[in-house]
Amino acid sequence: MEDSEYSPMLVYKLAISWTLVGLPLIWGISQTLEKAMLLFQL
Amino acid sequence: MSFSFLDKKNTEAKSGYSRWLFPPAALCIHLSIGQVYAFSVFNLPLSRIVGVTESAPEDWQLTTIGWIFSTAIVFLGLSAAICGGWLERAGPRKAMLASALCFSGGFFVSAIGVELHSIWLVYLGYGVLGGIGLGLGYISPVHTLIDWFPDRPGMATGLAIMGFGGGAMIGAPLAVGLMGHYATPTSVGVAQTMLTMGAIYLIFMLAGAVMVRVPPKDWRPKGYTPPAKDNAMITTNNVLVNEAVKTPQFYLLWGVLCLNVTAGIGVLGQASVMSQEMFPGRVTVQMAAGFVGLLSLFNMAGRFIWSSASDYLGRKRTYMIYFLLGMILYALVPTTGQIGSITLFVIGYLIIMSMYGGGFATIPAYLRDMFGTENVGAIHGRLLTAWAVAGIFGPVLVNYIREYQINSGVPKVEAYSVTMYIMAGLLVIGLLCNLAVKPVAARHHMKVE
Repeated sequence: MEDSEYSPMLVYKLAISWTLVGLPLIWGISQTLEKAMLLFQL
Repeated sequence: MSFSFLDKKNTEAKSGYSRWLFPPAALCIHLSIGQVYAFSVFNLPLSRIVGVTESAPEDWQLTTIGWIFSTAIVFLGLSAAICGGWLERAGPRKAMLASALCFSGGFFVSAIGVELHSIWLVYLGYGVLGGIGLGLGYISPVHTLIDWFPDRPGMATGLAIMGFGGGAMIGAPLAVGLMGHYATPTSVGVAQTMLTMGAIYLIFMLAGAVMVRVPPKDWRPKGYTPPAKDNAMITTNNVLVNEAVKTPQFYLLWGVLCLNVTAGIGVLGQASVMSQEMFPGRVTVQMAAGFVGLLSLFNMAGRFIWSSASDYLGRKRTYMIYFLLGMILYALVPTTGQIGSITLFVIGYLIIMSMYGGGFATIPAYLRDMFGTENVGAIHGRLLTAWAVAGIFGPVLVNYIREYQINSGVPKVEAYSVTMYIMAGLLVIGLLCNLAVKPVAARHHMKVE
């Protein structure tokens, strides 16, 4: 098994799995950033 | 029905698997269990189960509700310490499945407890069952991550443990949104929210357990050759978990983690009040909430950035930076209050929080350097008792010293000065512990068959 063998199926699996965790994380970060922006209110 | 697909030997990666598929599997677990740090969003609604719009006499007190979180953290530490050895034998898939069932089961039992208005069922559910799920989940991917990324163990474990920091950022708005959705004039919607969250986390964590694969024996990334034995601080040997706890290195690293966490966790809980009291009339409640949000972001980012940097800087040097820089910043915090600089105060705390997160994320790789890869998950589990101790010690220290100062007539604006100097002092002890860390003596190493 070589780590650098990237078949189309593997690329597809990588995209799905990183999207699965990336989307909720980005949503959570955006919610927190929105709250954090209150610090810079005038 | 056979459950052999859960066995460690049946989770070995086959041709066509990439090691970059493992971090998302680990993140599925850590993003879920990180919800524990957002549990406080349930506190107020839980205190209004009967009264709905305001607390009724038969409603639970906030002090009673506070024990749910504390129980979960205690069981996190206990299960990580006790089940670490089992986890090494069972493999990551079985451990992740057990974690998923316990953590989501905790939500389900708690929902029944809320519906029946039985606090003991909630303690048993989220506190005990959920806490066990937390402990199993926290350490389940550590060993396998280090196996897949022997060239960058700090980055790999940092990525997963960053997920634990990010989990609260998802859990808090998710719970608030769901409670808003389920709330009616006669219900605060907590039980339904807990059922829904339990189901969501169960599916998400099971997806992680399905994705997980362990590398074949003696697998190495292409082009990677283990470093020749020229770095005494990275062992090529292995130490058994019961042998590791007999070494001074284990207790020194326990002290390193405990002191780094104590200093950070104490101020994290008080950040909102502290910022308002140190800058009265200038920092509003909303701005303080924004400050806490920013601290969470730096806590999360620090986990990935600092632990990745430790792969290049070395683990011991990275902790030296945490302690030295942390010490200077804590000592300077009272000055920022005296000169009235909110900007310097915020910048200082953001750096401190990034190193607090970094301390959590760098410790698995430090343990691997000291005790080898073979039992790193179990040893990490034992070391997490330092977190449980710091979780009690840190907030108590900050709260009681502040209280004592105010009762002694010190103005609120200056009530944190002594606390900050004590925190700086704790980091000096941490620095000394870290300086004392030397390679583990050969007599503790496992015999090579």
